[in-house]
Amino acid sequence: MPGITLFSKTKELEAQTDEFCDKVSEGALAFKLGMRRYLEGDTAGFEEKLHHVSEIESRGDELRREIQRRLYVETLIPESRGDVLELLENTDDILNACDGAMWQFAIEKPELGEELKSDFDNLVESVAEAVEALVRALRDFFRGSESLTDDMHKVGFYESEADKMGHKLMGAVFSSDIDLSRKNQLRSVVLHVDNIADIAEDVSDKLAVFALKRAI
Amino acid sequence: MEVAVLIFLSSGLFLGWSLGANDAANVFGTAVGTRMVKFSTAAFVCSGFVILGAVVSGAGASHTLGKLGAVNALGGSFVAAFSAALTVYGMTRAGLPVSTSQAIVGAIIGWNLFSGFPTDTKALYKIVGTWVACPLLAGFIGVILFKLTVSVVKWAKLHIYRLDAYTRLGLILAGAFGSYALGANNIANVMGVFVSANPFTNFNVGDFFSFSGIQQLFLLGALAIAVGVFTYSKKVMLTVGGGLLPLSPVGAWVVVVAHSIVLFLFASQGLEHALASAGLPTIPLVPVSSSQAVVGAVIGIGLLKGGRGIKWRVLANIASGWVTTPVIACLVCFVVLFFVQNVFNTVVYRDASYVLSEPVLERLEKDGVETKRLEELKNQQFQTVRGFRKALRERRVRTSSVVSKVLDRAKIDVVLIRNDKIWQLDNTSLTKAQVSSIWEIVGRRFDHTWMLDDALADIHEEWRSLPDTTVNKLYNRHLNGQRQQVYNIFRVQRQQE
Repeated sequence: MPGITLFSKTKELEAQTDEFCDKVSEGALAFKLGMRRYLEGDTAGFEEKLHHVSEIESRGDELRREIQRRLYVETLIPESRGDVLELLENTDDILNACDGAMWQFAIEKPELGEELKSDFDNLVESVAEAVEALVRALRDFFRGSESLTDDMHKVGFYESEADKMGHKLMGAVFSSDIDLSRKNQLRSVVLHVDNIADIAEDVSDKLAVFALKRAI
Repeated sequence: MEVAVLIFLSSGLFLGWSLGANDAANVFGTAVGTRMVKFSTAAFVCSGFVILGAVVSGAGASHTLGKLGAVNALGGSFVAAFSAALTVYGMTRAGLPVSTSQAIVGAIIGWNLFSGFPTDTKALYKIVGTWVACPLLAGFIGVILFKLTVSVVKWAKLHIYRLDAYTRLGLILAGAFGSYALGANNIANVMGVFVSANPFTNFNVGDFFSFSGIQQLFLLGALAIAVGVFTYSKKVMLTVGGGLLPLSPVGAWVVVVAHSIVLFLFASQGLEHALASAGLPTIPLVPVSSSQAVVGAVIGIGLLKGGRGIKWRVLANIASGWVTTPVIACLVCFVVLFFVQNVFNTVVYRDASYVLSEPVLERLEKDGVETKRLEELKNQQFQTVRGFRKALRERRVRTSSVVSKVLDRAKIDVVLIRNDKIWQLDNTSLTKAQVSSIWEIVGRRFDHTWMLDDALADIHEEWRSLPDTTVNKLYNRHLNGQRQQVYNIFRVQRQQE
């Protein structure tokens, strides 16, 4: 019966979208743990998390492409197809950014002085929280849940926390008496990490508009 | 069947085609317009259910049109349907919104004006009343349904894909229901004028399957609607979607359901009977315009959302079409009737003759009609309806209900009960008692059909009408159908006399 196949396909697609959200949130957690290992000087632990994030990133790409293909081939959600695809693509950028930031640490091995470590840890924490809130907001959007605004608000909050932390870190870096080349390197890694929260906020802003459009 | 009959019916088929192209778009327009349902799926479902609706429950609304004016010659039916179709087609081509029901009502009135038969003002008011009630009711149902749906969707917290899948399925189901209702309600618009001049005869396979002449007629009309759906409705469907107000898929679903419910309400004999039995007010069984229902529902939702986004100009355009359509169809019909009658020498109406004989006057008195003014016309015979109405007017008998009663009773329609014809009676639709009462009056001749009715009613109660209330309507309608069968078999045509 067409009805049954219609719904079973829908369920599959729902599961894939859910998995995509899971992957993003898992990626943010793995990123946070990996960065902690780095700060602790646990190189093996960091490497392990780096590979984990890379795996998650490529699975995220796979899922996004599969969802994209199905939305088009099966001509689903014609009204909001473009919006959903844009959301997924931009959310996928978060995974890319986490992966990129970790690779930067792996390659450049920037040295963070003891005085910066706690603030950097806070920055990573805020970034991870922003991504988590975004994932919740995404799930709210897909399910039409009313907590969407709350979660979007949290994304904004953690993003500005991350910004504050970033500014504080950069202030500390540039007022220290290390080499200018090290200063520049540290600035680059701080920006790279902070950027993840910015992407999360951009997606959240788009969500706000799409949610209005989705209102019946 | 004769070729001439097919030629005459062709105009009904043309009308069916334009209804399929136009009104079917109302059912699936929003679904196809929002790209939720493929056109091929929509066309397939729509055609199937239009045919079902027309054949299974098409009979209800056609009675009202029959009452409005009984177009009694095939030529006249041809012209009426043709004029309506031409109006619909022409206005569609000109990009003006149009309603098939209004076109056909206009055309019937055109025929009445041309032939001199009176327009039943009661039926006309009833129909015109629904042109106001139908969009209002659709808007009302649309608003309630929309609110309900929105809260259900919010409560259910459906995933965007799940909601999409349910909406799709809902649109197809609602579309199927809407098509069924469209078939049931609007087939009367397409084939209603041919009912009095139906060329088909009943068709029985044993005792268990019967396919009445009217059902065959309606099947043919429904097929024409289906062809219209497949060949011409796609374009209309795509424009209906966003014409008045941009709708979300769920909004589209609400519109289709509201439209279908309204059409169904105005076509369901069973519902009318149930309402009346429960002592509730009933909804007249009238062919309503599906365009009006859709517009009503869309506007209802638009107003609920605060009225922004409604394109009032488009609405004004549509509403003006509701006035111009019947007028244009009426004029076109009148002109074409004149043309067909005088150029092709075709009978477009069968005139009737009338006499106010003693028994007729007595019967009118019994009906509560003041007969003093009619006395002067006693035993005068009138060969045309026009002449008789003129005479009545001159005697200041003008009240429309009185005129139609007088016309009814005075009409000469000779029925002679011959025993060599009794075998033609359909034993499946008449009871044993009814048939045996006909045996009792073999050889008798009646100048008016009501005389036969009275004679039969005297013999057996199964020939007696119940008091004219809504609860009894179905019973009386059925009885009238049985009487009609008897008239048709035993009627003495004028030339035979």
